[in-house]
Amino acid sequence: MADAMTIQRTPVAEPLWRIRLRLAGKSFANSWQLFRENPIGLIGLGIIVLFGLLSLAHPILMATVWDARTYDPIIGYDAAILSHPSPPSARHLLGTDPIGRDVLSQLMYSARWEFGLGLLAATVSVVLSTTVGAVAAYFGGLVDTIFMRIADVMTMLPFIAILVVLSALFDFQLIHLALVYGILVGFGGQTIVIKSQALTIKVKPYIDAARVAGGGDWHIIFTHMFPNLMPLAFLYMMITVTGAVFIEAALSFFGLLNIRMSWGIMINTAQASGYLLAGPGYLHLMIPAGLAITLFCSAFYLVGRALDEVVNPRLRRR
Amino acid sequence: MRKYLVGRILQIIFTLLIFQTLLFVILDAQPGDITMQFLANPKVSAEAREQIRANLGLDKPPLERYVQWLKNFITGNLGTSFEHWPRSVMDIILERAPRTLVLFLTAQLIAFAVGFSLGKLLAWWRGTVFEYGLTLIGVVMFTIFTPWFGLMMIWLFGYRLKWLPVGKFLDPLLWRTSSVDANYVFGRLMLTALIYTVFVLVVFFSTRKLSASWRRVAMWTSMGAFGGAAVLVWALSDIGVLAGDMLKHMVLPLLVYTVVNFAGTMLVMRNTMLETMREDYVMAARAKGLPERVVRDRHAARNAFLPVFTALIISIPFAISGGIITETIFSWPGMGLTLLSAVQNEDIPMAMGALSFIGVLALLAHLVADVAYSFLDPRIRYQ
Repeated sequence: MADAMTIQRTPVAEPLWRIRLRLAGKSFANSWQLFRENPIGLIGLGIIVLFGLLSLAHPILMATVWDARTYDPIIGYDAAILSHPSPPSARHLLGTDPIGRDVLSQLMYSARWEFGLGLLAATVSVVLSTTVGAVAAYFGGLVDTIFMRIADVMTMLPFIAILVVLSALFDFQLIHLALVYGILVGFGGQTIVIKSQALTIKVKPYIDAARVAGGGDWHIIFTHMFPNLMPLAFLYMMITVTGAVFIEAALSFFGLLNIRMSWGIMINTAQASGYLLAGPGYLHLMIPAGLAITLFCSAFYLVGRALDEVVNPRLRRR
Repeated sequence: MRKYLVGRILQIIFTLLIFQTLLFVILDAQPGDITMQFLANPKVSAEAREQIRANLGLDKPPLERYVQWLKNFITGNLGTSFEHWPRSVMDIILERAPRTLVLFLTAQLIAFAVGFSLGKLLAWWRGTVFEYGLTLIGVVMFTIFTPWFGLMMIWLFGYRLKWLPVGKFLDPLLWRTSSVDANYVFGRLMLTALIYTVFVLVVFFSTRKLSASWRRVAMWTSMGAFGGAAVLVWALSDIGVLAGDMLKHMVLPLLVYTVVNFAGTMLVMRNTMLETMREDYVMAARAKGLPERVVRDRHAARNAFLPVFTALIISIPFAISGGIITETIFSWPGMGLTLLSAVQNEDIPMAMGALSFIGVLALLAHLVADVAYSFLDPRIRYQ
C-alpha cells in the first residue's frame, strides 16, 4: 500500500480532495433525489430525527427545567405525589412508574442509549462484513471458501436463543451486547450479500486501471472497492440497528441484561409490578415504552427499505 | 440432485458440530465449576468437592471433556434437569418439543400464505396509497416489539373482551376430572392434522388432470367435507371439550406468531414481484390479451415464488428464536419457555439441552426447506 501512495500524481488545477468532495456531493444529491421520491423513507427519517431531538433534549431539560431529585430517570422520586404510579398530569406528562420515577424522562434518557447501542452494533457489523466481503471477493480461492462457510454457519444459528443463554451465563452490559451482536451479524448473512456486490465491482474496468497503474491489492480494496460498497453497507447498517435494538429490548424485558434503564426495562418494571391487567388507568406504563421500541425499530427499517430502492437499480421506477 | 443433497446434509452436520463446540466453549468459559455452589457450605469439605469433580469428570483435560460432550450429545444423554429433578432433560424435550413444532409450523404456513398474496398485491398496486399504507403496517408489524404486542393482545382479548384465555396450555379446572392427560389429547390432535394434510395433498395431486374450475370445486368440497367430518368425530368423542379447550389456548399465540412473521414474506415478495413484472414474458402475457388477474397470479407471481422461498429458508432460525418470546409471553409450555425459565432459574443442563434442541430444529427446518427448494427449482433438479 505504501508503494501505491508514493506514486507521482499528474498535477491538476484543483486539489484532489476538492474534486473528490465535489463528486461525493454530486452523488449524494443524486441519491437524495431518489430517496425523496419515496414517502416511506421520509417517514422513517422523520421518526429518527424526532428520537434524536428527544435524546438531545433530555440533558438540557435535566439541567434547566427538571429538578434532578424528582426527574432523574433511575433514582428520581416525586415525593409531592401520594401514590405511585400516577396517571399523566401537568407535572409528569406521561405519569410516573410504580416506584415514582418520571416516565417521560426515562423514555428520553433511554433513547440516547438505544442510539449508542444501535450505532455501535451497526458499525462493528458493517466494518466486518465490508472488509470480509471485499477481501473474499477480491482474493477468491481459499479465503473466499473459509469466510463463506463461516457465513453459512452463522445464518443458520438461532441468535436470540444463543444471546439469551450468553446473557444469562455472563455479565452482559449494553456494550457487550452491541459487540457480540455486531460480530454475529457481521460474519453472517450480510457478508454474503456484500461479497456478491463486491464480485460485480471486481470486474469493473476501473479496478483493472488501478492495477495497471501499479496499485497494490490492499490499495485497490480500500480505495476503489470500499467506496462502491458503501451504499449497500449503509443499507445494512440500518437493518442492524433495528435488530440490535429489538434484541436489547427483548433481553432486558426478560431481565437478562445488566443495565439500569432502557425501554425494555420500563415494560419489565410495569409487568413485574403487576400493572399489566390493571385497567386503562395504568396504560401509560406500557404504551409509551412499547411504542417507542416499535417506532424506533420501524424507522430504521423503513429508511433501510427506501435506501434499498436507491441502491438497487432493479427496484427503481425508471 | 443427489450430489446437492449430500452436500447440504454434510454441511448441516458440520454446522451442528460447530454449534455444539460453541455451546461447550460457552459453558467451559465460565469461571469456576459446579462445586463452587458448595463453597459456603461447611458440610461439604474440600475433599468432598474434589470427589464431586472427579465423579462428574470435571478434573479431566478440556479436550477429553469436549469429546465426552459430543458423545453425550449424539447418544441423547443431555443430563438431568435441576428444576424438574429428577426428570432427564431429554424426557422434558420430548414432551415439549411437539408443542413448539405445532405452533411454529402452523404459524409459518399461514404467515407465508398471507404474506405471499399480500406482497403480490403490493407490487401490483405500486405507488398507490394502498401500497404505502400496507407497507407501513407491514414494517411496523415486522419490527414490532413482540413481548409488548403479546401483552397488549392479552390485555385486549383476554382481559377487556374476555374472548380468549390469557395464556397457558389448558384450563386446569376443566381437566381436573378428566381421565386422560394433556399429551394424549395433544397427540391425537396432531395425528388428525397430519391425516388431514396427507388427504389434502392426495386430493391436490389426484385432481391435476382436471380443468381449473372443476379442480377448484373438487378441492374445496373435499377439503370442507373431510374437515367437517374430523370436527364431527372430535365433537362426538368424550375428549372433544378438552381438545376445544386446548385449541382455544392456541389461538392467541398463533395470532401473534403469524402477525409478526407474515410481513417478512410480504416485503420480500413485493420486491421480487417488482422484478418479475418487468420481464418480457409478463408483457407477452398482456399482449396475448390475458386478463390482468391471470397475468398477475400465473405469470408474474409464479416466477417470484422461488426467491421468496429462499428468503423464507433464511428467516427460519430467526422465526424459531422469535418463538421463544411468543411462548414466554403466553406461557405456552414449549421449548422457548423452557429455555427462558431454565436460564432464569440457573438450570444449566436444561438450558443447554433446550438451546441444543432449538439449534437442531433450526438446522433441520433449514434442511427440509432446502430439499423442498431443490424439488421446486428445475435448475437444481436437472443438474
